[in-house]
Amino acid sequence: MTVDIDKTAGPADVPPAGPEAIRAIPVRHYGRWVSAVVAIALLVAIVYAFSQGKINWGAIPDYFFDDRVLQGVGKTLMLTVLSMLIGVVGGILLAVMRLSKNPVTSSIAWFYIWFFRGTPVLVQLVVWFNLGLVFTYIDLGPIYKDYWSSFMTPLLTALLGLGLNEAAYMAEICRAGLLSVDEGQTEAAHALGMSHGKTLRRIIIPQAMRVIVPPTGNEVINMLKTTSLVSVVQYSELFRVAQDIGQTSGAPAEMLFLAAAWYLLLTSVFSVGQFYLERYYARGSSRQLPPTPWQKVRANVLSLSGRKGVTA
Amino acid sequence: MTEKTVKDNGSGTLMVKAEGVHKSFGPVQVLKGIDLEVKAGEVFCLIGPSGSGKSTFLRCINHLEKINAGRLYVDGELVGYRQHGDKLYELRDREVALKRRDIGMVFQRFNLFPHMTAVENVMEAPVQVKGASRAQSKERAIQLLERVGLADKAGSYPSQLSGGQQQRVAIARALAMDPKLMLFDEPTSALDPELVGDVLDVMRDLAESGMTMVVVTHEMGFAREVGDSLVFMDGGVVVESGHPREVLTNPQHERTKSFLSKVL
Repeated sequence: MTVDIDKTAGPADVPPAGPEAIRAIPVRHYGRWVSAVVAIALLVAIVYAFSQGKINWGAIPDYFFDDRVLQGVGKTLMLTVLSMLIGVVGGILLAVMRLSKNPVTSSIAWFYIWFFRGTPVLVQLVVWFNLGLVFTYIDLGPIYKDYWSSFMTPLLTALLGLGLNEAAYMAEICRAGLLSVDEGQTEAAHALGMSHGKTLRRIIIPQAMRVIVPPTGNEVINMLKTTSLVSVVQYSELFRVAQDIGQTSGAPAEMLFLAAAWYLLLTSVFSVGQFYLERYYARGSSRQLPPTPWQKVRANVLSLSGRKGVTA
Repeated sequence: MTEKTVKDNGSGTLMVKAEGVHKSFGPVQVLKGIDLEVKAGEVFCLIGPSGSGKSTFLRCINHLEKINAGRLYVDGELVGYRQHGDKLYELRDREVALKRRDIGMVFQRFNLFPHMTAVENVMEAPVQVKGASRAQSKERAIQLLERVGLADKAGSYPSQLSGGQQQRVAIARALAMDPKLMLFDEPTSALDPELVGDVLDVMRDLAESGMTMVVVTHEMGFAREVGDSLVFMDGGVVVESGHPREVLTNPQHERTKSFLSKVL
């Protein structure tokens, strides 16, 4: 073939092309230019409007690391983690109950999910707080006895309200995950003599995690934001603190922006964590794991310096 | 034990004995009275068109499917039930699992655990079921992988292996439990023709070592060369049985003749 002969004669860094590479004039997308300009103009207008508004931007950095704000952030984080913990444990339990062959346990799980998904979490929070109307005091025999109002602290209300509601959503996510694992896996494990419990723990759940983790990441981020509802039951998390400071310092709107910035910061950090968790559970299922951002940067830097080495 | 013993009934030790085994899925009758005997140490081949019930029968042997009527014995013990007098008691899951330890199974679609490497797949059951030490199990697993010609793939995940390699790992995984009986459910049907030979070589090697094997297969060549007995099933019944060479070269029934004329 003529191509092979040309290859030896040509310069070394030209790739051994087969037929001549196509050099054509690309289609011009004028519409894209127009839409880009319009979008940027709108963005500039919005930013300009905010900068001209009667907002004291300087107050935000002043209070950003205020002790009360940091405490609020800490409580928001704690609430998120504990509520999610209740949600995940309860969700797995409910999912296993729903998939069980026992009609009583599976109907109870169905009813629970129906109730807690069907009512707003804000309503649930307030109801937990006011359950003293039904139970005047709580009596666990010799272990514990107290008035409902002093037993049901804002923290406990928040945890129960958020956690039990979350369990209903997590149950559906876990159920989808468990159902996504091929039945052949259960059969193979059983054929090896593994018990139901071992099969679930060692074979099914690790594979179900691939399906469960991404939506659970979304749930964590949702939960972080939903904790702001807890301000209605007098629990001083980030949003409540921001409102309180806003009232005393005379910068109410500024403090709301401050809270928004903190929420954005926290959700961003969670998103990074989610990426690495998903990567961990993808092992074995994809032939090559997606590179971490750090690996991407390193690969780019290496290839850049490598290219320089060739051309120099 | 009050249960009937099928050992030493004149024809050597029986590993599997089926008496009038019936199985239906809802209204569909899949097995309509299967009678057969598998002797210890023999390679027993089940052939027949798809839907004839041969895979279902295989799955009944390790109680992945419950039979509706008849009796099925493995190594002299009733599968899935305990008999006291003339009453049958269902076995608990734990007891069924205990019996399955002695029966290895290889599936058409391999069913390797995708989140574990090859060596972890082979180690899993000895460690989790028998409670063997990890170090010992790993050593043994590597020996088994060597035996199926895959020692160099020990650290690979199933998705990084070809179909033939996956199936050989699956065989090693089943052997890790030191079974006395191996069930093969169309082990080469999901493979590229080129890769079938490697798996059959491993099975031939296993047969020579004296393992009792029940093989559902479409590989007539394997059945003829390695098989000691062969059963042709159709429509949920055994149509014809005998030595593979005789049945395959000189079938007696019309149905067997027409099936063989299409596959040979």
